[in-house]
Amino acid sequence: MALLEARDISKRFAGITALDDVSLDVEAGEPVGLIGPNGAGKTTFFNCLLGLLRPDGGRVVFDGRNITRMPVYKRARLGFGRTFQRIELFSGMTVRDHLLVAERAHRGTASLWKDMLNLSRATTEEIEKADATLELLGLLDYANRPIESCGLGRGRLVEVGRALMTEPKLLLLDEPSSGLDRVETEELVTTLQSVQRERGTAILLVEHDVEMVQSFVSRLYVLDFGTLIASGTTAEVLGDATVRKAYLGEYV
Amino acid sequence: MTDLITYVLRGIPFGCVFALVAIGLVLTYKTSGVFNLAFGAQAYVSAAVYYDTHVRHKWPIIPAFVLAVLVFGPLVGLVLDRLIFRFMRTAPHVARLVAALGLLVAIPQLVNLWFGQSPSFGVEGIWPSSQGSNFAVYHFGDYALNGDQVATLIATAVVVIGLTALFRFSDIGLRMRAVVESARMTELSGINAGRVGTIAWMLSSLVAGLAGVLLAPLFAQVSATNFTVLIVAAIAAAAFGGLTSIPLTLLGGILLGVAQGLLGGYLPPASVLAQGLRPSLPFVALFLLLIFWPSLRNRREVTDPLAGVDPPPPGLAALERSRGLTWATRIFALIVLAIAIPFVLSSNYWLLLGTEAVILSTIFLSIVVITGMAGQISLCQATFAAIGAFTTAQLVSNYHVSVMITILAGAAMAAVVGALLAIPVLRLGGIYLALATFAFALMFESVLVPLDWVGGGANPIKVPRPKFAGIDFANNKSFFFLCIAILAVVSVLVIFVRGGTIGRYLDALRGSETAAQAIGVNPTRARIIAFSLSAGIAGLGGGLLATQTGIAQPADYNSFLGLFWVVLVVTLGSRTVEGAVQAGVAFYVVDEILKRIGINQSWQPILFGLGAMTYAKHPEGILEFQKRQSLAFVQRHLDRMKRRGAPAEPAGADEAGAVAPTPAQPSSERVGAD
Ligand SMILES: Nc1ncnc2c1ncn2[C@@H]1O[C@H](COP(=O)(O)OP(=O)(O)O)[C@@H](O)[C@H]1O
Ligand SMILES: [Mg+2]
Repeated sequence: MALLEARDISKRFAGITALDDVSLDVEAGEPVGLIGPNGAGKTTFFNCLLGLLRPDGGRVVFDGRNITRMPVYKRARLGFGRTFQRIELFSGMTVRDHLLVAERAHRGTASLWKDMLNLSRATTEEIEKADATLELLGLLDYANRPIESCGLGRGRLVEVGRALMTEPKLLLLDEPSSGLDRVETEELVTTLQSVQRERGTAILLVEHDVEMVQSFVSRLYVLDFGTLIASGTTAEVLGDATVRKAYLGEYV
Repeated sequence: MTDLITYVLRGIPFGCVFALVAIGLVLTYKTSGVFNLAFGAQAYVSAAVYYDTHVRHKWPIIPAFVLAVLVFGPLVGLVLDRLIFRFMRTAPHVARLVAALGLLVAIPQLVNLWFGQSPSFGVEGIWPSSQGSNFAVYHFGDYALNGDQVATLIATAVVVIGLTALFRFSDIGLRMRAVVESARMTELSGINAGRVGTIAWMLSSLVAGLAGVLLAPLFAQVSATNFTVLIVAAIAAAAFGGLTSIPLTLLGGILLGVAQGLLGGYLPPASVLAQGLRPSLPFVALFLLLIFWPSLRNRREVTDPLAGVDPPPPGLAALERSRGLTWATRIFALIVLAIAIPFVLSSNYWLLLGTEAVILSTIFLSIVVITGMAGQISLCQATFAAIGAFTTAQLVSNYHVSVMITILAGAAMAAVVGALLAIPVLRLGGIYLALATFAFALMFESVLVPLDWVGGGANPIKVPRPKFAGIDFANNKSFFFLCIAILAVVSVLVIFVRGGTIGRYLDALRGSETAAQAIGVNPTRARIIAFSLSAGIAGLGGGLLATQTGIAQPADYNSFLGLFWVVLVVTLGSRTVEGAVQAGVAFYVVDEILKRIGINQSWQPILFGLGAMTYAKHPEGILEFQKRQSLAFVQRHLDRMKRRGAPAEPAGADEAGAVAPTPAQPSSERVGAD
């Protein structure tokens, strides 16, 4: 059984159908791509998977459990990690704090008193774990910097690191390269590839940048105006005539 | 039957006035995103001007009306928009709410300064009549309306038809609607959002002014309280319309007015129910609407699709922190204490003021928890303090429990009520949370406090000073030190919670609720804990205040005073324990200074109310900002002096690069990307 099975997800906003019966599978440990022009519904789809939006129809099955009605934070604890197209960081915190709070949060709830009082300051173990992830992302030198001092590129890496601290089985990345320059994008791809290989994390990647997708994923889904118009191996899909017309036509 | 129709007819004009203010509220909310809690106060401005010119100075009706409504109404709106709200179009909703709260506190005081404190009676309406305004009766069969009531009906009809037509057919109306969707989006398409916002402000202030002049004769007096309470009725009507629909808002207002008329007519006037329920109907209605009305349920603040375009606000001054700076702040605080405590002990007068300042600081710590840490504006902190005080008083007088224990019981009671209130209210979030807590505060005050088993009815309950561990705290000096000890314990608690897991979760939620949920933070749990803790702290402070004054007096926990508390703390610094203490001290010091130099004391709320406008720029509080800035300045100088002594360090290139970039994208890129 696949790690993630999304079946017939539909979502309508006033007047527009943002998603129309979209189905998608991700196997454990597999890198999968989701592409499509602007406004195709990719971000909406992610939000439905994670529960930030309630789909009007369809169901989401994760690790064999139907999670369609589960609140966001519980899904996160089950093993969803996510980065955002429009970067979402915790202002006022340092880079390392971002990772530490994620580590604490995914383990769920301690007793009320422990959570409230300072009896549970970050342990050396937690700090080591955070620092290992920072090292992997090349962020160790910035660990004590306030997040406001990080540029967009580094901010995206912090988002990835924060998601990784929750030990996700599936990482949802929403256009991680947007706003990054060539070099930063390449670095990000290398890092993500090593994460995927070393930790066996499945990745669902939404991307504009076809080259980046190509270098990274094994299978590809194409979304256009809220419907899936193609799916299959990367080579198959990119060779498909409809896809070239609907999607690549805009960019080639 | 005849009674029924009479009561309904009597209620409708009130309902129309509620609806008028509500429509103004919806209009500015939709065009500038500001939920203007100060509209009632603006209505008061026009009413006061009309009263002053027409009644006191015997102006004829028309020039008085023109000046009060057609000139002053839009003028106030113009000033507010130009000076304040145009700069807040993209500010976070908390900042806009705080600004509106500040005005709600400041404007009535300004008007009182101008026209005198006392409520003014003998108001005449805008309906010309030679026999006084209660005459000029219009008959509909057996039923009658007086001139003022007719004037209200006509004015409401004109406003509603005019505004509907404006929105439907006119260019500017269409633009207003566009601006509501997204100020930035419309700006990109060539509409000047600023201009449209200004017009909306002038228009809605005009409507508020009209409501003020119409309402004064219905109330038969001009007094600030009536007008500030008016805003609650208006909010209830606006909530009925889902904060969007003008016809539904009108209907909501009229229903509320009629319900009030019926209650007034059928309940025996002397009964507790009539005295409590009738005036509090708008509060109850608002509270229930916010929690149960389908078009508001689960509604979050409207998010602007382009909200990410602007660069994020500059980092907090708190970011300029270092171990040295923290210690410098602490030493500074110790020096201040070392000077202040002997001074306070020097006379009984100062001792009492000092004790009250310490107790108030404890209560203000509750605002640090809910607003500074959890990022929510709660307007019922005074209510929690009252719950603490009344619990203390009731237990002491009925069961003769030791005072120190009853104070703790009061805190626990407040914490429980806080947790219970949090469950329905926190789901609302943002501005709705603020409104629901305000409605709760007013409801508590007008329904429960007058009851014997709560506020003690006509005779407030006496509360003795505590006596334990062999010390009698009836002695003011020992009581002062007891209060300081309690403040210290609560401060340590707050600091622990802030550094603990829940504190980190709240930080994360403030930074980005979405991202916090996506890493597994349960927002409801974290916020209920914060809310309950905050309520408990306020309850503790409330109990202390009651033993300090020796009596649990409802006026000490007035909900409008509670609004002022929030404004004060948020303005001076709601992020830190020092902020709360500074606010507690400032409350009395400013008052004292004004008294000594012979300036009217209403300048105190005016100063702090207007000071709230700085919140948008300095969310950590203006005083906190200034203090950290100056300390950072001192530290930079010290560093430079040190460096001059030591061999120069190689300046890391990295160091220089890290300060400049912000995590924002250039806007050109962003606009196309989504
Ligand atoms: N909260 C929302 N309200 C209304 N429409 C929305 C909302 N979010 C997205 N949409 C619309 O849904 C469609 C899909 O958007 P999105 O999922 O962001 O596309 P993508 O991420 O593929 O660029 C777009 O037409 C967008 O305008
Ligand atoms: Mg998107």
